[in-house]
Amino acid sequence: MTGTLQKESLTKSLVFLRILIGWHFLYEGVIKLFNPDWTAFGYLATAQGPFDWLFISLTNESIIGWVDTLNMITLIFVGITLILGMYEKLGALAGMVLLGMYYFAHPPFPWLEQLNVEGSYWFVNKNLIELAALWVLYQYPTGSYFGLGYLKHQKTNTAKTPQL
Amino acid sequence: MKWTRRDVLKGLGGLPILGSIWWAGTANALVKSKDRSEILEQLKIQPSLPSALPEIGGSPIRLGIIGFGIRGEQLCRALGFATQDWLDEMKLEEETTGNTQLKEFLDQEKLNIQMTAVCDVFDVRAEHVIASFSTPEHTVKRFTTYQEMIQSGEVDAVIIATPDHWHAPMAIEALNNNVHAYVEKPMTHTIEETYQLRDAAENSEALLMVGHQHRQTLSFKTANDIVKKGVLGHVSIIQTFTNRNDDNGAWNYDIHEKANEQTIDWDLFLGSAPKIPFNKNHFFRWRKWWAYGSGLSGDLLTHDYDRLNCVLGMGIPTSVTASGGIYTHNDGRNVPDVLQVNMEFPDFSTGSSQPKGKEKGMAFTYSATLGNGFSRPTILMGHDGSMELGNNLTVWPDNGSTKYAAMIEEGKMKPNVPIYHYNPGANMPDAVSSATSQYFADKGLMWTYIDGVRVNSTYLHLREWLSCIRNGGTLSCGINEGFDEAISAHMTGLAYKLGRRIEWDQEQQLIVPIEGVNFDEVLLSST
Ligand SMILES: NC(=O)c1ccc[n+]([C@@H]2O[C@H](COP(=O)([O-])OP(=O)(O)OC[C@H]3O[C@@H](n4cnc5c(N)ncnc54)[C@H](O)[C@@H]3O)[C@@H](O)[C@H]2O)c1
Repeated sequence: MTGTLQKESLTKSLVFLRILIGWHFLYEGVIKLFNPDWTAFGYLATAQGPFDWLFISLTNESIIGWVDTLNMITLIFVGITLILGMYEKLGALAGMVLLGMYYFAHPPFPWLEQLNVEGSYWFVNKNLIELAALWVLYQYPTGSYFGLGYLKHQKTNTAKTPQL
Repeated sequence: MKWTRRDVLKGLGGLPILGSIWWAGTANALVKSKDRSEILEQLKIQPSLPSALPEIGGSPIRLGIIGFGIRGEQLCRALGFATQDWLDEMKLEEETTGNTQLKEFLDQEKLNIQMTAVCDVFDVRAEHVIASFSTPEHTVKRFTTYQEMIQSGEVDAVIIATPDHWHAPMAIEALNNNVHAYVEKPMTHTIEETYQLRDAAENSEALLMVGHQHRQTLSFKTANDIVKKGVLGHVSIIQTFTNRNDDNGAWNYDIHEKANEQTIDWDLFLGSAPKIPFNKNHFFRWRKWWAYGSGLSGDLLTHDYDRLNCVLGMGIPTSVTASGGIYTHNDGRNVPDVLQVNMEFPDFSTGSSQPKGKEKGMAFTYSATLGNGFSRPTILMGHDGSMELGNNLTVWPDNGSTKYAAMIEEGKMKPNVPIYHYNPGANMPDAVSSATSQYFADKGLMWTYIDGVRVNSTYLHLREWLSCIRNGGTLSCGINEGFDEAISAHMTGLAYKLGRRIEWDQEQQLIVPIEGVNFDEVLLSST
């Protein structure tokens, strides 16, 4: 009994976490969608750390446009799936990939100069923490508790369980 | 199936959240872009695009290099000729530090030229050119003197990158023989030479380009547009600076191990300079003595002066005062290492947003030290706004502005928030700059793009000269710009050395004489 209760409150808090992260991604995506001048150029061009060459190569004239669009679409996709509770595992995965890239473009390694950050970080920064949170969400989908998944779940339930 | 209230709540609860966020994001982005377009509309700034130059067609232009020292090597690279040493060094740096200079060099568009001749009084350097730039079809030929090279008929154009006291004699010789010349800054070493070179340029069929490569910097063209459109209002003062604090910055360059009386033609180096015994220190660090160079006023002020003359076109100052001394490197040099210069332009104006006649006149200041490296930016200060000038541009409105009074009042502009930011590296103009783009600006993503290719401004400057040689057109730093630069630098040198205000007579086109003083003697004297 206590087990299920505990489980229920855990589920609720995970739903809450899911909505918050979805919120964050969606808003970032929408802002970029409606700002035609936005580009990741500066962020990528000043990349540091072991993979700087990779990020700098993304600033190439011929692909930077694609990079910008893909980034924006992914942000919005992650936001929608997490908020609506549908394909959330896929959303969590995509979000982790994005955050991983943000993390490695400007990694908070002590031997690198920390550029343009508002706090103090030592290997761990907010990108990494959000990534870890998405990992939890990936393993514990809650769409069937709150979200479009719930409807799907209910429908199959109704089909199976005779009404009392 | 029938949906209960619970189903709707739990199944579709995410939808209103999604809707709100979408709405908030759109609204926010639109308000920002509206404010921004309102400001941009008011400013009417047009970020300049690189001008297209016609092809340099026909048979290759035959070039000779006179002086293959620090700058000569850079110029040759900009022309597409790099030494093996440099290539090896860059290859190594590319692997170890990720330096991209090699790639940029290799990506640089090839110019239709042939390096045919070299003249350098130091054997090691002349031989370096021959070994590096000769091709199987063509060996670079060494000439002992620049006259022999220019008169040989084997060069169409020459690059002059020798010490300052050689600039004018070499450029004049070239022009008199209708050989095109690219001469490094400062254009001349004395006042008399400045007039002689102007005559030679005006009477020659050949073209003279002065080596202020920053004339090609895209941001300066945009800065010019900003000032012309009255964005800053009446600019009353401009501050420029030099801040350096290391051996190279103080002109204490390395002395080559193979330098000796056998490998260097000392008399040819000295030329018009006082005859003194062979001196390696003088040969490699000539900028420290008035006999060959002119210290801060000729070497570094000229860059800052010409940058502003390029943006504003204010011409020669009506008067100049200067002071300073040898305060940081008391090592036998006779040029100052700390210098403060005031140039007055009482009749110049960048326009005004106030009642007619209230504002007129401008001061240009230059403050330099070779004993501190704290970076002080170039600032143009106007009644309506201030602009930081560099590879990037940032414009702030002024709290007391007449032009922006209403927008400041309404809170649409804030004095500490830039209203315009130009960063040619980011490929986009950005009004109401965020802290982020401000930071990227400071970091100096200072590339200029031409059709998506990152290029260096010296290459552009040389290409413009070569294109004009073949196709005609106007040089961005020809004899008139060079004349302004040289006279302003010489006035500064005189003001410093005489401790007096030096005046320019625009009508007579001469520096107002001071009785009993021979200006050129003063400039060349060691004190
Ligand atoms: N535009 C720029 O950004 C820029 C940058 C650096 C230097 N410069 C200018 O370039 C010029 C050269 O500077 P540098 O640092 O290369 O000096 P440097 O001493 O390194 O090189 C000068 C070269 O000229 C040679 N030389 C001297 N007298 C000669 C003569 N009579 N005939 C033939 N060769 C002779 C020397 O042997 C030497 O190789 C200076 O006027 C300097 O102001 C311009």
